[in-house]
Amino acid sequence: MEQVPLSHILILSSTLFFLGVYGFFSRRNLITMLMSVELILNSVNINFIAFNKYLFPHQLEGIFFTMFIIVVAAAEVSISIAIIINLYRRFKTIDIEDTTTMKY
Amino acid sequence: MDIVLMFRFEIILAVLILAIFIMSLRGFDTNVKCFLNTMNVLLLLNFIAGWLPLSEGSYFSDFFRTNGLIVLQKNIINLGLLLISLTSYVWLTQSKYRLEFYILMLSSIFGVYVMLSSGHILMLYLGLEMSTIPIAAMSNFNLKEQRSSEAGIKLILSSAFSTGIMLFGISLLYGAVGNLSFASVIANLHPNVLTLFAFAFILAGFAFKMSIVPFHLWTADVYEGSPIGVTNFLSVISKGSVIFVFLTVLYTLFGGLKEAWLLGISILSILSMTIGNLFALRQQNAKRFLAFSSIAQVGFVLVGVTAASTIGSASVVYFVLIYLLSNIAAFGVIGAVADSTGSESLQLFKGLYKSNPFYALIMAVALFSLAGVPPIAGFFGKLFLLTAGMKSGLYVLMGFAGVNLVLSLYNYLRVVKYMFIDDAEKPLAPLNRNRQLTTALYICLIGLIVIGFVTPIYQYIDSLCGI
Repeated sequence: MEQVPLSHILILSSTLFFLGVYGFFSRRNLITMLMSVELILNSVNINFIAFNKYLFPHQLEGIFFTMFIIVVAAAEVSISIAIIINLYRRFKTIDIEDTTTMKY
Repeated sequence: MDIVLMFRFEIILAVLILAIFIMSLRGFDTNVKCFLNTMNVLLLLNFIAGWLPLSEGSYFSDFFRTNGLIVLQKNIINLGLLLISLTSYVWLTQSKYRLEFYILMLSSIFGVYVMLSSGHILMLYLGLEMSTIPIAAMSNFNLKEQRSSEAGIKLILSSAFSTGIMLFGISLLYGAVGNLSFASVIANLHPNVLTLFAFAFILAGFAFKMSIVPFHLWTADVYEGSPIGVTNFLSVISKGSVIFVFLTVLYTLFGGLKEAWLLGISILSILSMTIGNLFALRQQNAKRFLAFSSIAQVGFVLVGVTAASTIGSASVVYFVLIYLLSNIAAFGVIGAVADSTGSESLQLFKGLYKSNPFYALIMAVALFSLAGVPPIAGFFGKLFLLTAGMKSGLYVLMGFAGVNLVLSLYNYLRVVKYMFIDDAEKPLAPLNRNRQLTTALYICLIGLIVIGFVTPIYQYIDSLCGI
């Protein structure tokens, strides 16, 4: 059976990464920005697993790294959501354009 | 016994965190003064225990390693922890969540220790995350305040984004090298397109954490919005520890790409110094002013980093020690003013010398140290950084550093002029002095004067870096 070449997977993961970066900069809703960060982290996960499977199949380091990234990302999101909830109570909005009490 | 000595920092911290949990079960923290004094004594013991005889080596197939330099860095962090706990005493007596503050702060320090003694990129990443995630919760500590939650969301989003970028670099590095332990990366790293891309992404991630200029936009807002103790923690411990790790990453991990990163680091250094100093000129809020000043200071650290040798890392560690003492002193005074007036405007410092000579003198010494005025330690720190930078022969960078020394002198002297020459329209009442804050400020003052003149300190750091 023929395998998908590594380059295709890398193109996928790079596209995902830059989509995440674009989303982070262009979206103004805090939850959507968090989702963009998740896109970036998932592109990293795809990278790790692809490199592990194609280049270094005799060991599992990439897969372990992926597991740790998933766990840490969950921790990060839970803290962010907690802060966003608190921010919503103070500002009555989660639009980043309206949460600007400090400027210059 | 050997293993206990090697893990003593981590073990003590874990025991401390557990002890705080048990205290909360017994309702011990309702007795405010008793609780805070106990915590200060415990942190003092923690600092003293750091100076026990050290043992070197690595465990868990290089996932954890320790040597003299790492122990010294952890000791510097411990000193900062103790001083911050002392300076935020008044704020903590007013806050409702003292216990949580200590738990979050100690967890963050635990992450810093893991990060400092990592011998594998996985541990480096985990430590970095463990040290930043609690800080985001800490900067959102005044739950009722708008700007505090704004600071929290800005910190967590920018740190998550920067970690994402750094992880992308790490994944590319994994593709190029195959095994992410430091030894294997050093052995298999060759300059090619893939590793250069990987390095650029990792550098961008670190630049976010250290707030180097193109990636500094979150700094001022987060510093201004957070409670003062947290700002102190962010500017001193968080930044200092990332600088320590950055040294390891740059010199050890990417030592093979030195030609590639030398130019990049010098450009970042020039940008940080210049923009940090220029933006500090027009700040009217004391915390914001120190935020931009800390950006400029990191630019100076990068001048020393370009030396890429023993003298480079020795001068950077020495400078971070001095920077820690001067920043804690400055934030301590700002905290004392802010606690009694409820505002952090620089205008409040006008005529401070007439109403509160003690605070004004400490603040002046701290600012002179940050500016690098001779008899105070900051001068020697900057001197060693510039001497180290001279070794790499980047004379344009040195020129910019010289110009920025003058600019920063104007910045800091502006505040000193407010305190000593200008008269206040409405002078401050004499601020109440508590024993804890005074002790911390005296320690900073003595440190700032002594460290510059006692040569063995620098020689000790230099001998540790040489290993």
